[in-house]
Amino acid sequence: MPKVKVKRKKPVLDMTPMVDLAFLLVTFFMLTTKFAPEESVIVDTPSSVSEIKLPDTNVITLSIGKEDRVFFGVDGQQTKEALLTKMAGKYGVSFTPEETKTFSLLTNFGVPMNQLKSFLAMDPEARKSVKQPGIPIDSVNNQLGDWVHQTRLTNREVVIAIKGDVDVNYSTIQRVIDILQERKINRFNLVTDMESKPQN
Amino acid sequence: MAEIQENDSGGKKKGSKKAAVHLDMTPMVDLAFLLLTFFMLTTTFSKPQTMEINMPVDPENEEEQIALKASNAMTIILGEDDELYYYFGLADDKPEIVESDYSAGGIRKVLVSPQVKSNDKMTVMIKPMEASRYKNVVDILDELKITDTKKFALVDISDADKQLVQEQIGQ
Repeated sequence: MPKVKVKRKKPVLDMTPMVDLAFLLVTFFMLTTKFAPEESVIVDTPSSVSEIKLPDTNVITLSIGKEDRVFFGVDGQQTKEALLTKMAGKYGVSFTPEETKTFSLLTNFGVPMNQLKSFLAMDPEARKSVKQPGIPIDSVNNQLGDWVHQTRLTNREVVIAIKGDVDVNYSTIQRVIDILQERKINRFNLVTDMESKPQN
Repeated sequence: MAEIQENDSGGKKKGSKKAAVHLDMTPMVDLAFLLLTFFMLTTTFSKPQTMEINMPVDPENEEEQIALKASNAMTIILGEDDELYYYFGLADDKPEIVESDYSAGGIRKVLVSPQVKSNDKMTVMIKPMEASRYKNVVDILDELKITDTKKFALVDISDADKQLVQEQIGQ
């Protein structure tokens, strides 16, 4: 009797579903990932046990960096375009459509009105390296108050978040809070880091 | 899906059978999972935390302000270099001013003491000096949150308070 030859076949693994799944997940993560926006000022926020999350939209962020420089930022491109138009009218500065477009893409900025035009005209790389002086907050030249006020006229929904650095002098924070209270804003958020609640 | 179907109209001789072309997908899976793990590890679904604060509305005139009884008042003064002082009562009555700190055994102990906790009307006034840091303010607001103190206010510092602190430092 001849030997029966058993044909051995290599096991074939169909990997198609695995590729499907993998790429489905990859695309999901690629589409949902939002890279952190570029900040023009580094702010080291203090920590607190508060667990309230800041909303994504309709937020004015007033960043107060070291050396007491105040930066203004608001989300929403249309909001920013309308806001710049209003501020331009108020301060008698005119902006080209390109400058308005540039402005609507900024996360935040810290230059007084009279320097804003030249600041927007720079190329993006130069804008990163320039040292922004901060928005004037003194009572004679209260541009921050105008920015906040005009934003609230543009978008009724905005809430205000103060993002202060650990080392900022309280007098600056006090001044910013006073500016808000002058505009009848008595509710705002302080942006903080996580900290675990003590158990005892 | 991975096997490419061969159609028989290839003009080939009868009987010659070709095996279906096999695609090895392993590198593709490798790449896919590499990207996947990268995105999974770099994605943080974190949003910044905030602490809500409501400031008292500025009254139109002085008479609308309700005077606070001395027995229901506690004042915390935030000084420079992370110093912290507190006293009970009103500054004009020359209260005993005590130095404390932000640690768990410092101001937190005071805020959970019966003198504060058993008095529902006790209002804590936080008075930061000009030289104090923003961190101090957030820290003290945090302590009030931890100790569940409901009635508190951020108040501008008065000259009487500054004098008390000066005397305390001078001692």
